[in-house]
Amino acid sequence: MNRVIERLLKPTFWKVVATVIFILGIYTIYIRFTGGLAAVTNLNDHFPWGLWIGFDILCGVGMAAGGFTLCAIVYIFNIKKFKPIIRPTILTAFLGYLLVILALLIDLGRPWAIWHAIIMWNPRSVMFEVAWCVMLYTTVLFLEFSPVILEKFNVEKILKVIKAITIPLVVIGILLSTLHQSSLGALYLIVPTKMHPLWYSTNLPWFFYLSAIGVGCAMIIFESYLSAKAFKKNLEFELVSDIGRWIVVVMSAYLTWRFMDLLLNDKLNLLFVNSVETYLFWLEILIGAIIPIVLLSQNKIRLNRLGLFISACFVIGGFLLNRLNVSVTSLQATAGVSYFPSVYEIIVTLFLVTIGVVIFNLAVQYLPVYEKTKETIPVEFEIVTDEELRTETIKP
Amino acid sequence: MSKKAFLIDISECVGCGACYEACKEQNNLPKTSDDPLRDTLSDKTYTIVEQRGDYYVRVMCKHCEEPTCVSVCPVGAFTKTDIGAVLYDESKCLGCRYCMQACPFQIPRYEWGSLTPRVQKCIMCYDRVREGNLPACAEACPTGATMFGDRDEMIKLAKQKLAENPDKYYQHIYGLEEVGGTSVLYISPVPFEQLGFNTKLIKTALPNFTHEALSKIPTLVTVGGVLLTGFYWLTNRKNEIAREKFEERKNKRGEE
Ligand code: SF4
Ligand code: SF4
Ligand code: SF4
Repeated sequence: MNRVIERLLKPTFWKVVATVIFILGIYTIYIRFTGGLAAVTNLNDHFPWGLWIGFDILCGVGMAAGGFTLCAIVYIFNIKKFKPIIRPTILTAFLGYLLVILALLIDLGRPWAIWHAIIMWNPRSVMFEVAWCVMLYTTVLFLEFSPVILEKFNVEKILKVIKAITIPLVVIGILLSTLHQSSLGALYLIVPTKMHPLWYSTNLPWFFYLSAIGVGCAMIIFESYLSAKAFKKNLEFELVSDIGRWIVVVMSAYLTWRFMDLLLNDKLNLLFVNSVETYLFWLEILIGAIIPIVLLSQNKIRLNRLGLFISACFVIGGFLLNRLNVSVTSLQATAGVSYFPSVYEIIVTLFLVTIGVVIFNLAVQYLPVYEKTKETIPVEFEIVTDEELRTETIKP
Repeated sequence: MSKKAFLIDISECVGCGACYEACKEQNNLPKTSDDPLRDTLSDKTYTIVEQRGDYYVRVMCKHCEEPTCVSVCPVGAFTKTDIGAVLYDESKCLGCRYCMQACPFQIPRYEWGSLTPRVQKCIMCYDRVREGNLPACAEACPTGATMFGDRDEMIKLAKQKLAENPDKYYQHIYGLEEVGGTSVLYISPVPFEQLGFNTKLIKTALPNFTHEALSKIPTLVTVGGVLLTGFYWLTNRKNEIAREKFEERKNKRGEE
């Protein structure tokens, strides 16, 4: 035990950085709750949603999409070879959602009323749907992750119950994620007159959904690479490399659809207008879709650890830019004022990211996250191909 | 009570700011500017008069017929009342500010500096109107630029004015159809875009845009649920068959 504490306290560069961010973050939150939103944010009547909504919420939820994507792959499509990375991925998703809730509590003007969404219904509101999805899906993620904790503390009985309901949980989780990811895009359907036409589309929910799947896959690669480095866990590379192939498919579909959408709505000419919006649009498309598609469709790069990692970083970067473009860039012009996040807003964002990284690290070190535990999955029979059957029977 | 509306005749407005002062007094709002023509909408100012070229334009909540703010609020803090006024209930509000983001006229204002912030905007002097009085601003207007009454009457009056003086008025009633219609109707001597009005607003009510997406949810959930479970069953069945065969052969081999 002493050694554990010693190791935790040993100062390293990143620990110092994390501590500084942590202290600044707590301080900012203190000002937020003593001086109001005006004391810390650059938000104003013309720009009521800023970095916290654009990054902490839109990006946070999106990057947690690895959870449901991988669950679908492993449990529904029964591609069991991905099982070893399912736990860390679910952990990321779970942490992501907890941080989204934390961000909401900071951003909402009246956070103590957050539970109102449970009893005061307005089913016509997309925000209402978002609120319910966050609540329900966080619960589902908690249950999906709980075996890790239960195993650690050997609580067999509950563990059995959870395992028995794995499949229903997974199905519900996928449905909720689908609704939630797309509804974040649907939030913006109501501002057709305010939003820049390069981003506004009645297909926004679909674009959000597809790009979330893309970034979910990229996050799986991203984390596996980093945890392979940090924890010397090497098992996943071949698996992860396969996910790179899927990114190509998903992002190609996404890219084609977005351009089709522009074409069908006669907006192609906007692509060549000389404006900040046009440049940011191209940047987003280039980084988030075109470059990674080109990179990942080459075996040489996809089968190279670093190449794969860098391609994933592009997808993630492009995704972040897309969400910020939708939530900030596309609305600047009609708002009539320009918004740039305050130092405090940036600090809180860093604070949330830091908490996520720290907790992930701790969990990976002290909980059986990376262990190849067969029990977590109720359906244990690997797909046995005919080939294997034959060799099996021929053997003496 | 029947639906009410304002009719604002821009050609009659002299920019005196009487409506501005009356509103401040009626709603106990603190003074925010010496010159009503220079002020901006804020949590402490529900209406302003802006000089735009040679004319003066009143800006306030439009009390839309199908209000976007009502449709987007997750907890139903906004309601469209029987008289047409759109009202806000702070005891429900979470402070998500979606209402502000979504309003096509950028009307709702926020108490950014408060620890219990509220969304603020014109309330159509709900209590006064219920009691049968005119809103404070309409009563204060010395020239008849701000008129108030039943929405049907106001529309009739506006149409009559446009028809009787085709040279004096630009032939359009702003607010009759914009975003599904509003309860603040404007008539003007010059085209509305000249006065800085947003003339790109579509005629459909904005809530329809989300309604379409939201109405797909039940289908998505049921069909999706069935498909996913089906897929699971299919892929899993394959496995089971494989396993059975496998065991069978193993057993056979054991017997031999
Ligand atoms: S103008 Fe804006 S705040 Fe007023 S009723 Fe319409 S949508 Fe709501
Ligand atoms: S800020 Fe309040 S009133 Fe406005 S949409 Fe959110 S909960 Fe509703
Ligand atoms: S109706 Fe009442 S609240 Fe609205 S602008 Fe006029 S005086 Fe102010």
